[in-house]
Amino acid sequence: MPIRTALDALSLPPTRLVRSSWPWRSALYLVGGALPGAPAIVLLMRYGIEDPVPVLLATVSTLAAGGIVFGRLERWRLRLVDSVPVPDAHRPLPPRGWRHALRARLREQATWREIGFVGISIGVLCWLDAVVLACAVGYPVAAVLSPLHEQDNRPLATLVSVGMAVGLLAAAPYVVTAWAGARAAMARALLGPRESDRLGDRLIEVTRSRARLVDAFEVERRRIERDLHDGAQQRLVALNVYLGLARLEVPAGSPGHDPLVKAHELARRALSELRELIRGVHPQVLTDRGLGAALHDLAGRSPVPVDVDVRLPGRLPPAIEVTAYFVVGEALTNVARHSRAGRAGVTADLDDDRLILRISDNGVGGADPQAGTGLAGLADRVAAVGGKVSLSSPPGGPTVVQAEFAPAVSDAA
Amino acid sequence: MPRERRVIVAEDDVLTREGIMSLIARFGHRVATAVGDADALVAAVREHRPDVVVTDVRMPPTFTDEGLQAALRLRQDDPMLPILVVSQYVEQTYAAELLESARPGTAGIGYLLKDRIGEAVEFIEAIDRVAEGHTVVDTEVVRQMLCRRRDPLTRLTPREREVLSLVAEGRSNAAIARALFITETAVAKHIGSVLIKLDLHPDEDDHRRVRAVLAYLRG
Repeated sequence: MPIRTALDALSLPPTRLVRSSWPWRSALYLVGGALPGAPAIVLLMRYGIEDPVPVLLATVSTLAAGGIVFGRLERWRLRLVDSVPVPDAHRPLPPRGWRHALRARLREQATWREIGFVGISIGVLCWLDAVVLACAVGYPVAAVLSPLHEQDNRPLATLVSVGMAVGLLAAAPYVVTAWAGARAAMARALLGPRESDRLGDRLIEVTRSRARLVDAFEVERRRIERDLHDGAQQRLVALNVYLGLARLEVPAGSPGHDPLVKAHELARRALSELRELIRGVHPQVLTDRGLGAALHDLAGRSPVPVDVDVRLPGRLPPAIEVTAYFVVGEALTNVARHSRAGRAGVTADLDDDRLILRISDNGVGGADPQAGTGLAGLADRVAAVGGKVSLSSPPGGPTVVQAEFAPAVSDAA
Repeated sequence: MPRERRVIVAEDDVLTREGIMSLIARFGHRVATAVGDADALVAAVREHRPDVVVTDVRMPPTFTDEGLQAALRLRQDDPMLPILVVSQYVEQTYAAELLESARPGTAGIGYLLKDRIGEAVEFIEAIDRVAEGHTVVDTEVVRQMLCRRRDPLTRLTPREREVLSLVAEGRSNAAIARALFITETAVAKHIGSVLIKLDLHPDEDDHRRVRAVLAYLRG
């Protein structure tokens, strides 16, 4: 088993543990841990007994101001007894000045854990470090050395005392390493990142990666649209033109006329179906003219009259435009199929960089998102670009579908 | 047989371009030149001064709407140049932009789906009508405009809307009468009523029909 921490080192055979660097590193770690106690002792001795206020003040200000610095120092010190570095639990700071930085830090759990750790360190751990060092190393060393400068008239007692001290000294590497290991494990638990610290970051990352996927799909759809347009559609247009030319030369009643008319009709139908298909893949007007024009055209195709009110100052990121387009398309299809509405309305405006779409109708209401109306699919599409869809459709109407889009995630812009 | 017209064709697909050229020649017109992109179209128009231009929308180099942009630029330079745009897009946005350039006293303009080139006779008729100063809009596009039924179009009766849609397609009164199985007098009456409802008073110029179409487009 690879030895990575002081606790792991305890499993070594005694001879190897004594010869390894772990007891020495542990001792050094504990010495460092005991140090913060020194100023506290001085302060307590000086003021503490009669007037504890300055001690309290000093403690509180150290806790508040020093938490983050102390946490960083402790993580660095931890390397002495733990070869796996402890990652910083803090999130990257927004580059917007110290006020924002302070606010961001105060909102993090990691900061409060660090401040708590300072409290434990000053209140308990540094004393324990000192006690462990004193008992395991200080006392036995002093006891072993005592016969050298003390003239004792009880040699037996001295011998027993030195014997015990030697025994204690032999156990010292274990005691020191064990306490250092336990202390390090606690420090790691308190000062390292936790699941909850990283979850926020991960959600943002997931949102971004979904937005990237949506972008990738959109790029792919546009490629398919282009291929269909430049390929099959062009050929069909040409075919249709030549069939038209041929019909000029084949008089009605001649043997070739009827099949030719049929072929022409089929070509025409194929063209019109292909045009619808291509528009379903990617509406070119959206690329050329943006969401406003595309929504007007969608409204134009709706069998229910639609009032369109679009207030957008400019173009939006492609992923948002195309999602918004399909949301309105699907919603208007639902209006035509299920609502029995006489009139519908589409509005699109920006609220603080967020696109808000609203599709309403004066129909019978009672739309059920579970009933395969495509509303669930809509919500998924919008969620993929960081937005949400809400539906209000009481029985008797009116039905309102609202889609709110998050401001463009920077990667998607 | 109408007089021979000199036509410039702009279309990037070679087969379709040759098909259009054969068609135009078949009906006694002359293709002054045929080009494959928008810049060449603008240059060709300057050089050949054609009677009418037939252009595709989506052409090199960016394959978006160069043809439409070129048509608008040509109209700006010369409002008397008749242009028929043929397109794969049924979206009214494109047609609306084009028809905005039709002001009273300017030349004819048209927007047809490319499918219609296959209807040889109708296509050549559309070229003729545009060359003669009329507005021609594709049936399919007009159908979409009708769906928008917004004020003041809501004031029209269904029959009047039918008549207006046929006007928008560039049909003559006689053709409309045939299509709807009514008399030409009835057609004229409907048109008069449409124009009044759209606040286009009959004492203005000939472009009232064009403006009735625009009323659809602006919605």
